[in-house]
Amino acid sequence: MSSTTAAAKPRLTTSAMIASLAAPGQRTKPAPFGNALTALAAQNPDIVGLSADLAKYTDLHIFAKAYPERFYQMGMAEQLLMSTAAGLAREGAIPFATTYAVFAARRAYDFICLAIAEEKLNVKIICALPGLTTGYGPSHQATEDIAIFRGCPNLTIIDPCDAHEIEQAVPAIAAHQGPVYMRLLRGNVPLVLDEYGYKFQIGKAALLRDGAEALVISSGFMTMRALEAADLLAKDKVGAAVLHVPTIKPLDEAKIIEEAAKPGRIVVVAENHSIVGGLGEAVAGLLLRNGINPVFRQIALPDEFLDAGALPTLHERYGISAEAVARQIKGWL
Amino acid sequence: MNQISNVSLPTRAWRIRRNALRMGEVQGQGYIAQALGIADVLAVAYFHALTYRPEDPEWEGRDRFLLSIGHYAIALYAALIEAGVIPEDELETYGTDDSRLPMSGMAAYTPGMEITGGSLGHGLGIAVGFCLGLKRKNSKNFVYNLFSDGELNEGSTWEAAMAASHWKLDNLIAIVDVNDQQADGPSSAMSSREPLHDRFTAFGWHVERVDGNDIEAVVNAFDAARNLGEPKPRIIICDTKMAKGVKFLEEREMNHFLRVDADEWQKALEILDQGKPA
Repeated sequence: MSSTTAAAKPRLTTSAMIASLAAPGQRTKPAPFGNALTALAAQNPDIVGLSADLAKYTDLHIFAKAYPERFYQMGMAEQLLMSTAAGLAREGAIPFATTYAVFAARRAYDFICLAIAEEKLNVKIICALPGLTTGYGPSHQATEDIAIFRGCPNLTIIDPCDAHEIEQAVPAIAAHQGPVYMRLLRGNVPLVLDEYGYKFQIGKAALLRDGAEALVISSGFMTMRALEAADLLAKDKVGAAVLHVPTIKPLDEAKIIEEAAKPGRIVVVAENHSIVGGLGEAVAGLLLRNGINPVFRQIALPDEFLDAGALPTLHERYGISAEAVARQIKGWL
Repeated sequence: MNQISNVSLPTRAWRIRRNALRMGEVQGQGYIAQALGIADVLAVAYFHALTYRPEDPEWEGRDRFLLSIGHYAIALYAALIEAGVIPEDELETYGTDDSRLPMSGMAAYTPGMEITGGSLGHGLGIAVGFCLGLKRKNSKNFVYNLFSDGELNEGSTWEAAMAASHWKLDNLIAIVDVNDQQADGPSSAMSSREPLHDRFTAFGWHVERVDGNDIEAVVNAFDAARNLGEPKPRIIICDTKMAKGVKFLEEREMNHFLRVDADEWQKALEILDQGKPA
């Protein structure tokens, strides 16, 4: 003890600062949202960006640097952020408003609902730290954002998986007439779906992999985890299909019904969200309404305020790591 | 560009009050006192200050008038009818099924209604967005935002007040109706709003404070706000009297939502007509 020096002190391996979704050595792309928006803004002069003191943490700073005259820093005021975006949209701009998902969903909901969604205004709400993507604890973990926003009429909800999808989603949601809420992965974002020849379309689910024993229906980075889990399961001769559902609302009902109705598979919905009110319950309701009754399971965050800690620790603890996904599916077969 | 007309502003205000009373009678109750109180301000806004085309409410060159206080819709409908934006015969549909004139103002329902109000505390922030949007387009039009003293309770109003001066929004003219009544009673008993002039001055605004039922004073305040050379937002604080012009309604306590007996509507109209401007 007495012989330790400052330099010799080992770096902590369970720090809350460890917040990358990428596995060691995994391919990533930096700031896919910020770069895609900046590229798109060169073609579309109506695009403007706003942030509530989180441009740097939502990758919007890239746009702000390229187009300072089209960037509005609103300060730490999320209600103002959303109402200003509404006014700008009324005057013909296409505002991309960024903050953290907790602040949009919890603090600014009334403004998103009434000032933006009720008037079908062309505002794109782009929010970092969705679900469990930070170890800061409940103040920053938006575990119920989808549950809140699913209840809002007119609002399209996108939960992209990776950098490839975010790059494609940015021009798609800009071209879409109406309000959009998109969950954002920021910084060095894993690159996965390019290897599947995947193309993002609003409202479209995509079967990325087929399998005979389980159908995993997933959104966001849980699709990446589902694909990794499917690889693990394949080693045990278990076939898991992965249906990626990046648009939570409106749901691609036809595709989900088509895949879930195929006999002989359990249906598992995997999401980076509370078990209450997210994709799992949306799919469950859809299947029940249509008389489809497979063995149905959910991989989701518990209905609790979650712990603080390092992301890998928390993902394992709450069952959304690739290994935990594979383990759970195997247990259900 | 003022509306060229031989009709005096007091007559416009009297007609707005009349329209509002007739709408109130359709429902037998409602936000009559607010409409009567703000009628003079709306007369000045729509027949002195605003640029607009009654036949084309979406005309790009119009000044924007944002009603934050959704339940004041009855007052704005009354003014829009007088302005020729809404046909007078629609007045009888106020608040009824499938009417274009719902109880709380909504953009999608009514020509000339720029925003959906009613969730109080939204208007000023939305106005900031309108102002920035107009500046993007190099428009010289003004954005007017009518909100209430009750909305000064909302933190979002003050977020917007800070932002408006930060962005030097010289195309923003806010109008706050200080009638000292909210749903549960007097505004001043709920949250101390004064000194309001000093507060907005400290927030970086140009402030005019007038008796909102003194048409000449309101005209001067609007002119001062529009003609100010400084790069700052402007606010006209209008102290108004609830139910102004109908004495027996003015004297009712808790008149945020007035219930008026069937025979009293005619009486109210008669009292109003006795004060008809020459």
